[in-house]
Amino acid sequence: MAGHPLPKGEGLKVSMTRNKEKATKMNKGKSKFRLHEFIIEKSMASIAFVSFAFIILILIFVFREAIPLIIGTATDDFGKVTLKNMLALAWQPVSNSPQYGLLPLIVGSLKVTFVAMGFAFPVAILAALFTSTFAPKWAKEILKPAIEILAGFPSVVIGFFALTVLASFFQHVLGLRYRLNAFTGGIALSLAVIPIVYTVAEDAINVLPKTMREASYALGATKWETSLFILLPAATPGVFAALLLGLGRAFGETMIVLMATGNAALLSPHLFEPVRTMSATIGAEMAEVVFGDAHYNTLFFIGVCLFMFSFSLNAIAELFIRNKMMKRFSN
Amino acid sequence: MKLSKKVLGMGIISLSGFCAFLIIGAVIFIMANVIIGGHSVISWKFLTCNPTEGMTQGGIFPAIVGTFFLVLIMSLIGVPVGTITAIYLAEYVKQESWIAKSIRFAVNTLAGIPAIVFGLFGLGFFIQFIGANMDKAFSGQGNLVWGKPSILWASLTMALLTLPVVIVSVEEAIKAVPRELREASLALGATKWETILRIVLPNSVTGILTGAILAVSRGAGEVAPILFTGAAYFLPDIPTKLSDQFMELGYHVYIMATQSTNVDSTAGIQYATTLVLLLLTFILNFSAIYLRFWMRKRSFQ
Repeated sequence: MAGHPLPKGEGLKVSMTRNKEKATKMNKGKSKFRLHEFIIEKSMASIAFVSFAFIILILIFVFREAIPLIIGTATDDFGKVTLKNMLALAWQPVSNSPQYGLLPLIVGSLKVTFVAMGFAFPVAILAALFTSTFAPKWAKEILKPAIEILAGFPSVVIGFFALTVLASFFQHVLGLRYRLNAFTGGIALSLAVIPIVYTVAEDAINVLPKTMREASYALGATKWETSLFILLPAATPGVFAALLLGLGRAFGETMIVLMATGNAALLSPHLFEPVRTMSATIGAEMAEVVFGDAHYNTLFFIGVCLFMFSFSLNAIAELFIRNKMMKRFSN
Repeated sequence: MKLSKKVLGMGIISLSGFCAFLIIGAVIFIMANVIIGGHSVISWKFLTCNPTEGMTQGGIFPAIVGTFFLVLIMSLIGVPVGTITAIYLAEYVKQESWIAKSIRFAVNTLAGIPAIVFGLFGLGFFIQFIGANMDKAFSGQGNLVWGKPSILWASLTMALLTLPVVIVSVEEAIKAVPRELREASLALGATKWETILRIVLPNSVTGILTGAILAVSRGAGEVAPILFTGAAYFLPDIPTKLSDQFMELGYHVYIMATQSTNVDSTAGIQYATTLVLLLLTFILNFSAIYLRFWMRKRSFQ
């Protein structure tokens, strides 16, 4: 270094480079192995696996209590109960001739979900279009917090509101025979589903490149034409994910349907009659069931079905959406 | 522009605007309804006294205490586990590795499981498996201490339910810590764990707090998981040990509104309990939102 007429800055650079080369040669780029670091990392890893482990545990232990039913050893006071009993047309597990038909429950869940999604999906999607394209700034500032507040309402509160206000309102306005029915429960349920569909759909629309919107305007399309025929189709993966997530929530919701659907396991196609959903059945009957009884096993079996259903919906939403989004944005 | 096209356009815009304001209206209406129905019943006495006359009068103090203990135990277990998982996900694993993918998949799946299934799991695993085996080992012949619904099992069930919320919030906060801070720390000779403990974590405390608050808000509001893992409608005492059952605000509303013997005359109490629960949820959610806002503001300085 002495005697070299380098400008000031250069000299520092040279010595730093020389030290870095030296350092790299000593370490070969590896960090030193420290035992306590290793232990800490591995203990954190095991705790992190808790979430993964519990998914498997949930599957195992919910399934476990349903096994007697599946392998045919479940019994009630009157004899054996098997999966065949699930195909009966009535659900009357507590009676002189117990019936364990799941059909009324499945139909009940489907009816309520149908009403909920039929109302929540269009309303939420249109509201998402409104905030992403048409709304003035002040409207956005009100709607987004409102949606967050709605998302934060405990489902008991929505159920209570449905039981006290909505039920009377619908009975009065529509002249209904039954105050608590699938329709009322479904509309109440939609209040819980709307925030989910809105949030996911609005996200999907907002990540679309701005150039798409601008190109459409430049070619002469109006705001509404752009949002309906350009943006919405382009956001299809996200909108579909919103549909699936909302569907999953609607199908599995318990408190709202417990309070607002009338809790009668009727098997009928009418929307204005009381229903019993699968989740409500578990919620209402599990507390009073005899441990180890066929009724107990059946309730767990319903739980297994619910778990499988929401798991598949989630898996489809994740895989399908990620796939579609990767394809679309890598082109 | 053709008139019919213009009309159609205006129709669509008004329809979507109507939907947006329908949502806002529903929120306001629900809040107003609960406030109007319940505000006259709320008083200091209501919040601090026990129910009397077979639940038709008096206060909801035990329900408030029960809810408090439920979320307390839930947070004591759930927040550390969730934080450690988030730290591990954000700091220690390569983002594309199968470990990261499987943990994330598990978290997303947990988030999508219906609440009632968590209740079933609480019954089938915590009560019937762990509780029953604990009884076999500790509680003497035939004694049912842990193998029945109690606040411990309900809290653990809730901790599992709210785990995804905590993990997502904490991970968001950890990722927000600027890379340069970590690199500077490592360059000065700190180990990875020292960096996390002394640099990353103190800077993500807001995020951890946000996650905890959101989890508590969810835990106080969900009733389905505690329907048969620990909640009860009328108990003579507040819970004093982990194997006791407990009263809870949301559960109280549900039972009182659907199954109590005089649903009509207790309407005021029902509204007031709902109002208390709603206020609690609001305060929690707003503090979480405010914390998040403050966190973002700070990181932009």
